[in-house]
Formats: sequence, C-alpha cells, structure tokens
Amino acid sequence: MQNYSFDDTHIIDMPLEKAMTTENLQVFYGDNHAMHDATLAFPRYRITALIGASGSGKSTYLRCLNRMNDRIATVKGKIMYRDTDINSKDINVYEVRKHISMVFQRPNPFAKSIRENITFALKRNGIKDKTELNKRVEESLKAAALWDEVKDDLDKSALALSGGQAQRLCIARCVAMKPDILLLDEPASALDPISTAKIEETLQLLRKNYSIIIVTHNMQQASRIADYTAFFHMGHVLEYDKTEKIFTNPQIKATEDYISGNFG
Amino acid sequence: MDEIKKDLQNPSKATHQDYFGRTITYICIAFVGLLVISILYFITTRGIATFTANHVSLWKFLSGTNWNPGLLDKHGNPQIGALPMIVTSFSVTILAAVVATPFALGVALFMTEIAPEKGTKILQPVIELLVGIPSVVYGFIGLSVIVPLIRHAFGGTGFGILAGTLVLFVRVLPTITSLSVDSIKAVPMFYRSASLALGATRWQTIYKVVLRAATPGILTAVIFGMSRAFGEALAVQMVIGNAVLMPHGLLTPSSTLTSQLTTGIGNTTMGTLPNNALWSLALILLLMSLVFNILVRFIGKKGSLKK
Repeated sequence: MQNYSFDDTHIIDMPLEKAMTTENLQVFYGDNHAMHDATLAFPRYRITALIGASGSGKSTYLRCLNRMNDRIATVKGKIMYRDTDINSKDINVYEVRKHISMVFQRPNPFAKSIRENITFALKRNGIKDKTELNKRVEESLKAAALWDEVKDDLDKSALALSGGQAQRLCIARCVAMKPDILLLDEPASALDPISTAKIEETLQLLRKNYSIIIVTHNMQQASRIADYTAFFHMGHVLEYDKTEKIFTNPQIKATEDYISGNFG
Repeated sequence: MDEIKKDLQNPSKATHQDYFGRTITYICIAFVGLLVISILYFITTRGIATFTANHVSLWKFLSGTNWNPGLLDKHGNPQIGALPMIVTSFSVTILAAVVATPFALGVALFMTEIAPEKGTKILQPVIELLVGIPSVVYGFIGLSVIVPLIRHAFGGTGFGILAGTLVLFVRVLPTITSLSVDSIKAVPMFYRSASLALGATRWQTIYKVVLRAATPGILTAVIFGMSRAFGEALAVQMVIGNAVLMPHGLLTPSSTLTSQLTTGIGNTTMGTLPNNALWSLALILLLMSLVFNILVRFIGKKGSLKK
C-alpha cells in the first residue's frame, strides 16, 4: 500500500447548524491506537457519510458517538452534543442513546412481533397508553417506508421479514424513540440492490427530521445520498467536505486514489 | 433543548435500576464465593489434620496399602494407607472412559451427522433420560445383573473393578455423548460443505474435518465424564466389593475413595484419626476434581488457539 501522509488533511469548517461534533477523538483498543485525533462537525438535518477501506476506523468512530464502545475500547477526546461533552464519565449513557440511536450492519430484529419490536423501547421508557403506542408504531413504520408492507401483519414474528424489511424495521424501531441523530453502520451491506434502494429512499425521507451519519463501503451510495462525506484512512480523517466536492474534486491524494479505485 | 441537556447530565430511573441490578449480582457472587471458600477451607483443614494433628506421614498415606484407621500396627503406627483406593479409583475411572468414549462418539456422530432428525427426536430425550436416572438405580442394576453375570462368567464373587467399570460406563456414557454432540454441532456447516465440495466422501469429511474441528470439545467431554466417574459414589459402592485391598485384577473386590467415604463416614467420630483420615480422602477427591477442571480449561484454550 502506498504511504499517504497523515498530516496532509482537508477538513472544512461546518457552515450549517451542527448536530454534534467531536474534538480530538482518539480510540485505543488496549495498546492499539485505532483512531487518531478525529475532529469533525456533523450538520443538522443532513446526511453525512463516512467512507474508507476496511479497518480505517470509520465504524469504530461511529460507535463512539453514542458510547457503544464503552466496554470495548478507551475513548479520549470530546464528543459535543447539545453543548455537553457526552464522552465524560458522569454522563447518563442511557439518555445519550435515547437521542442518538444506532442501526447495525446485520438486521437485528428481536425475536418478537413487529409491533413489540417497536414498542419495546417505548414501553421501557414509560409510554403505556395503547393508542399512543399504536400511533407511534404506525408513524415510525411509515417513516421507515415499511407500513404498507406489514400493516396487516403487525403481530407476526419480525424474524419472518426479509433482510431489507428487517433492516427497515430496525430503522423504524430507532425512529419510534424520536431521536435527534441516527447512526447507521453499513446498513445496506448485507442487502440486495433492491432492498438497498429502499433503505436509501427511507433515509431520504428521514433526512427532513433527523441528522443522519452513515458508514458505508459503497461509494455510489455515499455519492447518492450524502450531503457531506468524510474519508477515513488508517485511523485518521483525511478529508471532509461536501459530497460532490469529495467525489469530483478531492483535495487529498489518498481520497482521490480511493474513490477512483487506485488504492492499495 | 435545556431539558435534554439536563437529562444527559443527571441520573435517571434507568441508571438507578442499573446500580440496583449490579448490587444484587455482587451480593449473589459474594455469597457463592464465600460458600465455595468455606467448603474448601473446611475440607482442607480437616483433610490436613491427619498429617498435622495425628502426625501421619504424607508419603505413608499415599503409598501405604493397609487401611485400618482404628487400629495400630505392630510398630504402633496408625494403619492409614490410601494407595489401594487411589489405584482403584483411577482404574475404574480410566477404564470407564476408555470403554465409554468410542460408544459415546458413535452415538454422537449418529445423532449429528448420520441421522440428525432421529437424533434430535428420539435419541436426545433418551440420553437426557439416562442422565437423569439416579445413580442408586444404576448401582442396583449392577448389583442384580452385572455382578451375577461376572460371577458366572469368570468365577469369584463378581464384585470388583470390572463390575465398577461396567456400571460407570453406563453412568458416564450420556454425559460424554451429550457434550460431544454439542461440540460436533458447533462445527460450522461450511466446513462440511467445503470438504464435500472438494470431493471428500462423507466418512472422510466426518473423520478428517468434523471430528478434527470438534476434538477440543470431545476431549473436554471425555474429561467431564472422567471427573463424573471419579466422583461417583453410590453406584460404584454397590458393585465394587468394599474391601480395602490392593486390586490384583479386575475381578477382586476392592474399594474406591468415594465408596470408602460413604461406607466409613457414619462409623467415625469427628476429630478422631479415623474421621480425619476420611477427610483426607475427601481432600484427594477435591484436588482431583481441581485437576480435571484445569485440564478442561487447558484443552479449551489450546483448541481455541489453533483458530
């Protein structure tokens, strides 16, 4: 692999309203320094894509944003959300995850009915009223563009859904909690192109009300849906800019090589 | 805005539940830990008393062949030689494992590779049933079927290591089988597909791929079976003969550590040498089960390192 300089970076200042920012975020797995000084600001009500090769640290970075790395890695630096450093010790992580929700690579519905998959978190948070629960189920399924496909089967097992449907159910499950920010870790990489297209459609719908940060291997996907794109390489953020600039006029050699396929 | 900020910084019902649950688990683990430590302490202090309070030499205890804790020999030393029991215990354990393992593997392979459907529908419940039968029942069957059979076939009393081995064989077979089944089932399907796709026969796939991958698990199963056989008291006691004599063959009456414990513990007084000697036997059993445990760990670690 070619050696790219880690000092040579191009990271823009976010001109829009910020949903969250990280300052000098570093991640260590034991002695392994997996993420170096990532300072990024994510815009509100936009989609931001994190791209890069396998092992570049983009998933590791994403998992820091709602403290999913708590028991796995040591995370240093600041994660600012609503003027609060949510990476500090005395933060209530359960509240953090209510507002910053995550969808994983493999669709992971619970072995419960579709309805219960969505109401699980709502009930845990004290919403008991049946009509309110039903309303939230319908709203979130509509938001995830799944309602028309499952509205007659709400009490059937979620495990019977296809991969794409299950993934949209997982998105709906997050949306039902009305979070601020949705984190998606390669949500379409285990899905076929049609399901992928539907997920992308769903994200476009959600973009109006949510700030979305998505990790993806698929550069076309990033260019199709993202407003901003960050390029990760070996634990460093090398370039962060508007998506069309990243894909048409990258400032950094590593980014250019990566998006044109001359990488490694 | 500010409300969310406040929520982020303050503990909620969820965090309190967290502390509560964690506290309960800590209390439980402390209780269990205390229990284990007190059992270990109790057995160890009692077991060591033979050597510290009664001044029996450890070497004589391990190598002597006369067991008669109540009486002194002509030199005035207590007759505490545990070697016959140690030898018998190891003999029945190892023989039972050697006999049971091939059968257990055969059953396990049949249940997982040859006829998985019948395996889960019929054999699984049978095996579970066998595990659940109380050992006194096995001992009773051994006493009324196996012992007379051996007596007719080979002469003698019929009591002895052979009878003990056969009873233990039935006793540990289900244990080894069900643990082997688990480890064979845990071999990923793609190993089999890959092997078959390369033109290997079903037998070659089972023997060279599946069993190889499951070896650490199977060894663990065998050692679990052995530790079970080593600790089995009642069933063995009923067929072994209970004479503390050095076994001279498979057919002479003998006695294991556990059978001597069960027969002797009611006839001794706390704190006396005969009682302490029995505790020393218990200590040996404890140490052996520790050894078995360490072996299981060691094999598990070695197996996983290969990946």
